[in-house]
Amino acid sequence: MADLTTDFVGIKSPNPFWLASAPPTDKEYNVRRAFEAGWGGVVWKTLGAEGPPVVNVNGPRYGAIYGSDRKLMGLNNIELITDRPLEVNLEEMARVKSDYPDHALIASIMVPCEEDAWKAILPRVMETGADGIELNFGCPHGMAERGMGSAVGQVPEYIEMVTRWCKKYYDRPVIVKLTPNITDIRKPAQAAKNGGADAVSLINTINSITSVDLDAMCPEPAIDGKGTHGGYCGPAVKPIAMNMVAEIARDPETAHLPISGIGGVTTWRDAAEFMALGAGNVQVCTAAMTYGFRIVEEMKRGLSQWMDEKGYTSVDQVVRRAVPNVTDWQYLNLNYVTKAKIDQNACISCGRCYAACEDTSHQAIAMKPGRVFEVIDEECVACNLCVDVCPVENCISMVEMAAGEVDPRTGLTVQKDYANWTTHPNNPAAAQAAE
Amino acid sequence: MADPLTPGIAPARLSAQEITENFTDLHKPLSMHEASVAADRCYFCFDAPCVEACPTEIDIPLFIRQIATGQPEAAGHTILEQNILGGMCARVCPTEELCEGACVREAAEGEPVQIGRLQRHATDSVMARQGHLFDRAAPTGKRVAVVGAGPAGLACAHRLAMKGHEVQIFEARPKPGGLNEYGIAAYKSTDNFAAREVEWLMGIGGISVEYDKMLGGNLSLSELTEGYDAVFLGVGLADVNALDVDGADREGVEDAVGFIAELRQAADLTALPVGRNVVVIGGGMTAIDAAIQSKLLGAENVTIAYRRSKDRMGASQYEQDLATSKGVRIVANAQPKAVHGNGAAAEMELEYTADDGSGLRGTGETMRLPADQVFRAIGQSIVPVGGLEMDGRKLRVSETGRTSMEKVWAGGDCTPGEDLTVVAVAEGRDAAEDIHATLMGEALAATGAVLGESARGGTAPRGA
Repeated sequence: MADLTTDFVGIKSPNPFWLASAPPTDKEYNVRRAFEAGWGGVVWKTLGAEGPPVVNVNGPRYGAIYGSDRKLMGLNNIELITDRPLEVNLEEMARVKSDYPDHALIASIMVPCEEDAWKAILPRVMETGADGIELNFGCPHGMAERGMGSAVGQVPEYIEMVTRWCKKYYDRPVIVKLTPNITDIRKPAQAAKNGGADAVSLINTINSITSVDLDAMCPEPAIDGKGTHGGYCGPAVKPIAMNMVAEIARDPETAHLPISGIGGVTTWRDAAEFMALGAGNVQVCTAAMTYGFRIVEEMKRGLSQWMDEKGYTSVDQVVRRAVPNVTDWQYLNLNYVTKAKIDQNACISCGRCYAACEDTSHQAIAMKPGRVFEVIDEECVACNLCVDVCPVENCISMVEMAAGEVDPRTGLTVQKDYANWTTHPNNPAAAQAAE
Repeated sequence: MADPLTPGIAPARLSAQEITENFTDLHKPLSMHEASVAADRCYFCFDAPCVEACPTEIDIPLFIRQIATGQPEAAGHTILEQNILGGMCARVCPTEELCEGACVREAAEGEPVQIGRLQRHATDSVMARQGHLFDRAAPTGKRVAVVGAGPAGLACAHRLAMKGHEVQIFEARPKPGGLNEYGIAAYKSTDNFAAREVEWLMGIGGISVEYDKMLGGNLSLSELTEGYDAVFLGVGLADVNALDVDGADREGVEDAVGFIAELRQAADLTALPVGRNVVVIGGGMTAIDAAIQSKLLGAENVTIAYRRSKDRMGASQYEQDLATSKGVRIVANAQPKAVHGNGAAAEMELEYTADDGSGLRGTGETMRLPADQVFRAIGQSIVPVGGLEMDGRKLRVSETGRTSMEKVWAGGDCTPGEDLTVVAVAEGRDAAEDIHATLMGEALAATGAVLGESARGGTAPRGA
């Protein structure tokens, strides 16, 4: 069995699966159940400043989009930070941490952008024995209107400033949680690093309206006939989150900044992918909210099984493993030529590849009598759309052409050497360089 | 008191409650949730094989997608514009041999999308919540006679009425519906569905029906061709093939279709007599329906005897399995030899058969089965209509149903092709289009599904 214990910026946990700061981690009862179910750590639901807590709406807080069979693909929420008194949360955190010393317990915090506010809360969090803090600079709804959450996360200068305060008044790890509601994720990550952050975590939720009630003409979740944008999460956001994780992981300025990966992690495979792209651990929310805490068991067993199969003995060996292979488009090898190939034994003759290629791509699939679908190599640009729309896994594959073969589409011989756009004759910049 | 062991042919073999349970819907309607789960399985195939397998070419992927997107009534409209009896077809079609048999998920997982039940969900939604969906065109002043108010006649009449023609239906029986009303197993058409569907169909307007009018009896083809602009014959197969063996005239030897009709019309099934020991001769759907329903009425032993091998039976494997699951025994390679009894039938003598490739032959070995009631289900035939050319045992027709006589079209079981409700609907519909085109001097409209290949613009150069 591969060792799943994780050391993330000095915070140890029995496995890399943490529950993200969210409703599942709002109170002692849930967190104890989560630890008993096997979660490696939790980021406690975001704490606010001392005083009367925030209030939540009393109507629906969540909206959703579905895949087939009502599989929850995306969830959005308009819930705010914890609406329980600060003292209650702190007392519970202290109790839980003392009962589960080997599990990671992180305090998520969101207080006004004033040094005094942070100075006031940090010592109290310290007293709970929490392993670290996570700065909620990501929450896109409600709190942002009050100058907190993503309102801070969208201004790199504020991120750096607040991070600096935290490092000043708190001596355990500081993780900065980033909002994806920006244009270039590297900027806030750099700011966090400049402020002295030990790590960043991302992504927080994405601004979203999941659906509109067409009778009431109101976005959902609808509160008395009105709706507001919520924070979007779940499997549907995973590609966006992974790109942002990879962007930070391969940016020279932040290359060694530890990352806690968040965004649609539902299976061990999702976790492994995030880690390969640079995440030192992952945080999960929607999967737990959809299936319950027991979902972590599959993640743990799956990751361990896969690591055994691959010969990885510790989680560190997986982290960043795919980062060197994340590159810019201009460096992709233009001499790499593939062709789609349909496995006729696996094909069920639905014809979706044909419809997709014929109607929307390159007319590179022939429909023959008896509903036999065959790739026309002379037309196939290897776009992969047929693979993506085929309902049968591995029925269509992209087969690489060997060097020396002639691509029947272009009539050109496949070259074995690597060549990219930067030196391509059609590239005006390359032509200039050559002159 | 109900007594399953009453000798001979007797009513009340089962209690009223047992009978009611036995004759409920074979397939319960899908709930909204079940329908959405089932609809989600459709892959929206290109030029879908299910559509090609449907004699009426319903756009199945489209209607399933409409269910999936929360519009079952719109789905119903998609179905009904191709097949006005889509509700009955959803119940009685041998889907395992048509749409569902062709479904790619049958190939992928051995579990097709439940097209039949989804179709019922959609058409039921229309009938439950909406009135008639279609509007009549402006009156054309043309009058068309339709003989037979079965699936072919009704489909033809509806399409003609929709086109603005006046339609007069002549029906031999006292009720419309044909085999939907008088044939077909009761558990496939519960709650008087056949009659409700006809009533809904008639909502188009412009169709009137005269009952107890029998072609060749109190109705002649010549008076129709003289009195109307066109005639459509959907007369079905009114003759039942005789059982040519010793003792075939004994009491208890009956036509399966007559038994089924009586059962379908019975107000109280506990009052319907059935034998304790029943033998059904034949291998088609009629044999299956008679056998299963005998069993459901409480017959103790029900045997289907079919002279050829099992794989030659007209009834699908699904129907055969349904019969055996209800306790019906199927004996293949056994041909009727004689009906024995002292007055009424008591035993059915069968002779085993074999086919060495040179034709079916009796082996000489016989067996006897107790038989209070013997049902003939060995095929039906057309009552010939004077003046019309035949094609084998059916009326000769063109692709659009034209007979050899001017002004006369025909469709349904009386013409060549499979004797299925859905085929009859397609033939009636297509004949109506041809009648319309002929009467109005217009080009014949296509009735098939709009498939991707034909929908494509087509003239742009490929791959350019």
